[in-house]
Amino acid sequence: MKTSLYTSLQRKIIGITLVVSFAPLIILAVTMYYQFAKTCKNKTEEQIEYRALAQAESVDLFLKERIAILSAMADTHTFNEMIDEENLSNIFNVMNSRAGAFVDLGVIDSAGMQRVYVGPYNLKGLNYYDQPWFADVMSKGVFLSDVYMGFRKLPHFIIAVRRNENNKSWILRATIDPNILEGIVRQAQIGSTGDAYLLSKEGIFQTNPRFKGLILSQSNLNTSLFGRRVTVVELENNEGRKLLYAGSWLKNSKWLLIINQEPAEMMQSLFAVRNVEITIIVFGFLAIIMTTIFTTHLAVSQLQQSDATMQELNAQLVQSDKLAAIGKMAAGVAHEINNPLNVILQKTGWMEDLLEEEDIKKSENLEEFQTSVQKIEEHVERARKVVHNMLGFARKMEPHLENVDINDTINQTITILENYARTNNIEIQADLSGKLPIIASDQAQLQQVFLNLLTNAIDAIGKEGLVEIKSRRLDSRICISIKDDGPGIPAEKQKNVFDPFFTTKETGKGTGLGLSVSYNIIEKMGGKIRLKSQVGKGTIFTVEVPIVAPERK
Amino acid sequence: MHYFNVLIVDDEEDFLETIIKRLNKRQVDASGALSGEKALELLKEKTFDVVILDIKMPGGMDGIEALAEIKKIQPLAEVILLTGHASVETSIEGMRLGAFDYLLKPIKLDDLLKKIAQAIEKKDVHDQKIRSAQIKKLLKYW
Repeated sequence: MKTSLYTSLQRKIIGITLVVSFAPLIILAVTMYYQFAKTCKNKTEEQIEYRALAQAESVDLFLKERIAILSAMADTHTFNEMIDEENLSNIFNVMNSRAGAFVDLGVIDSAGMQRVYVGPYNLKGLNYYDQPWFADVMSKGVFLSDVYMGFRKLPHFIIAVRRNENNKSWILRATIDPNILEGIVRQAQIGSTGDAYLLSKEGIFQTNPRFKGLILSQSNLNTSLFGRRVTVVELENNEGRKLLYAGSWLKNSKWLLIINQEPAEMMQSLFAVRNVEITIIVFGFLAIIMTTIFTTHLAVSQLQQSDATMQELNAQLVQSDKLAAIGKMAAGVAHEINNPLNVILQKTGWMEDLLEEEDIKKSENLEEFQTSVQKIEEHVERARKVVHNMLGFARKMEPHLENVDINDTINQTITILENYARTNNIEIQADLSGKLPIIASDQAQLQQVFLNLLTNAIDAIGKEGLVEIKSRRLDSRICISIKDDGPGIPAEKQKNVFDPFFTTKETGKGTGLGLSVSYNIIEKMGGKIRLKSQVGKGTIFTVEVPIVAPERK
Repeated sequence: MHYFNVLIVDDEEDFLETIIKRLNKRQVDASGALSGEKALELLKEKTFDVVILDIKMPGGMDGIEALAEIKKIQPLAEVILLTGHASVETSIEGMRLGAFDYLLKPIKLDDLLKKIAQAIEKKDVHDQKIRSAQIKKLLKYW
C-alpha cells in the first residue's frame, strides 16, 4: 500500500523528468538536422550551378575560337585564293594546327555549290542551296548548326561564315567533331552518378551522355524549364530517381549545357552528420534515463526514510500528549478522591477509638468489629497509593540532577528484588559493562524505572525462569536491556503497554501505571524505552539514557 | 507537655467533626472552622497555638489567602497545611508565607499528632527567645 504510493511517485517523477528533458532534445535535434540539410542542399545546388556556368563558358569559348579562326581565314583570303585546292588544304592544316577539332573545310559559292573541299569525305560538287542553313548563313553571316547526320551519316555539326567580296558572297564552311565538344563537356561530370551533356532547344542530345541515351536521341528533358542563365531543378529521371539538374544556356542560345547528379551522393556529409547526431542523442537519452532513475530512486528512498522517522516521532508525540492529558485529569481526580478517603480514615479512626471503651469491649463481636475497621483502613491505604501513583503525572517530573552510576543503581534495584525473585525460583543475571561513565541524572527516578521493569519481568515469568539485565555504552548513550523468558506480549497489545492503566496483571496487583510512569521519566531525561517481544520466547525492554557529563563542582 | 490549643480549618464537615472528637479524646483542646472567614473571626477572639489549614476550599477564601491573613492576626501561631492533591508548588508557596509544614490527605492521626508536637516545640523555642529577650529588656531598665 505504502510502497506502491512511493513507486507511483517515483514513476511520475521519472516520467515528467524524461518528457521535459527529451522534448527539447528531440526538437533541437530535428531542427538542427533540417537546418543542416537545407544548408547542405543549398551548397550542393550552388556548386552544381557554378560548374554548369563554368563549363558552359568553356564550351562557348571553344565555339567562339572556332568561329573566330574560320572568320579570320575567310576574311584574309579571296575567293580565287580559296578555290585553289592546295591553298585550301594549307589553310585547313594551319587551322587544325592552331586550333584543332576541324574535320573538313569547304568553300561554297553564292549558288550553293561546294567548289572546293578538303577532308575525309568526297563532298566536292554538292549543292547546298536547298539546305535551310544556307539561307541562314547568307542572311546572318555566321552559322552554327545543331548536330546532325547530313550526307556523311555521322553525327557532326558545322560552322559556316559568309565573305562579301566585290558584291559577291561566298561561304567558308567547316565541320567539327562533336567528340571534342563531348570531351570538354564531360569535364563537368563528377562522382559516380554525375553526368554532363549538351542539349538542343528541342531536347536532343548534342553530345553522348554518360548514362542512358545516345547523341541525336531525344532526352525527354523539357528545356523550357531552364531560364536565361543558370537554373537548378530537381526532377525525376526515366527510372523514377530524383536527380538534381543544372542547366546553362550557351551564349548562342542554341544549346543547353546540363549537369545532373543524384543529390544523395552530394549529401554524404549530411548523412555522416546525421549518424553522429543520432549516436549522440541515443547516448544522451541513455545517460538521462539512467541519471533520472538513479536520482529519483535516491530522493524517493530518502523521502521514505524521513517519512518513517516522522511517523516514529509522531507516535512518540501522541504518547506524550496522552500522558499529559492523563496527568491533568489525575490531579483533579486525586483531590476529589483524597477528601472522601480522608473522611473515611477519620471515621474509622474514631470507631477504633470507641472500640477501646469499656462497654463495647464486652461485646461478643468485638474482634469482628476490629478486623473490619482494620480492613477498611488497609483498603483506604491501597486507594491512597493508587492516587499517589496517579499523581506521578501531575507532578512536574523535572529530573533532579545528581551524579549517577547506572551500574550501582541497577545493583541496588536487584538487591531490593532478589528475595522476591528467589521465592519464585527466578534468577536475575546481571551483565554490566565496566566502561560506563558517571552521568548527571536522577537516581531515584532511574531506580523507579529499573524497579518497574524488573518487577514486570519477574511477574511475567511467574515461576521459574531467568531475567537478564545488561548495560552497555552506545556512542553518546547508555543502553540498558532487561530480558525475560516469560510468555511474551502479543503484537496487538504491544502498542498499549505504555498507556496509563493498561495492565495484564490480576485486579489489585498492578495499577497499570508502572510502564507509563517509566516512559514519562525516561522521555523527560531525553532517552527512549523500546520493547521487543515474541509470544512464547519472551520480552526485551531497552532503555536508552543520554550521557550527560556531570558538572564539575 | 504543657497546655496548647489547636484550630482546624476544613470545609469538609464530617472530617472536621470527627478529627475534633478524636483530638479531644486525646486531651487536645481542638476547635473547628468550616471556612477561612470563620477561622479569622475565631482567631480575632482567641489565641491558638497551632492552626491546621486545608489549602483547597471551594468558594470564598482559599487556603493560601487565609494563611496570609492568619499570619497577620496571630504571627506566632504555627500553621500546618493540608492538601488533597500533593501540589508541591502550592505547599512551597505556603511554607514561604510562614507555614510550618504540610501533610497529604488522607492523614493519619498519628502523623498529625507528631506534626503538632513538632510545631509546639518550635513555638516553645520561639516563645522562650521572646521571653528571654523581654527579660533582658526589663533587666536593662531595672
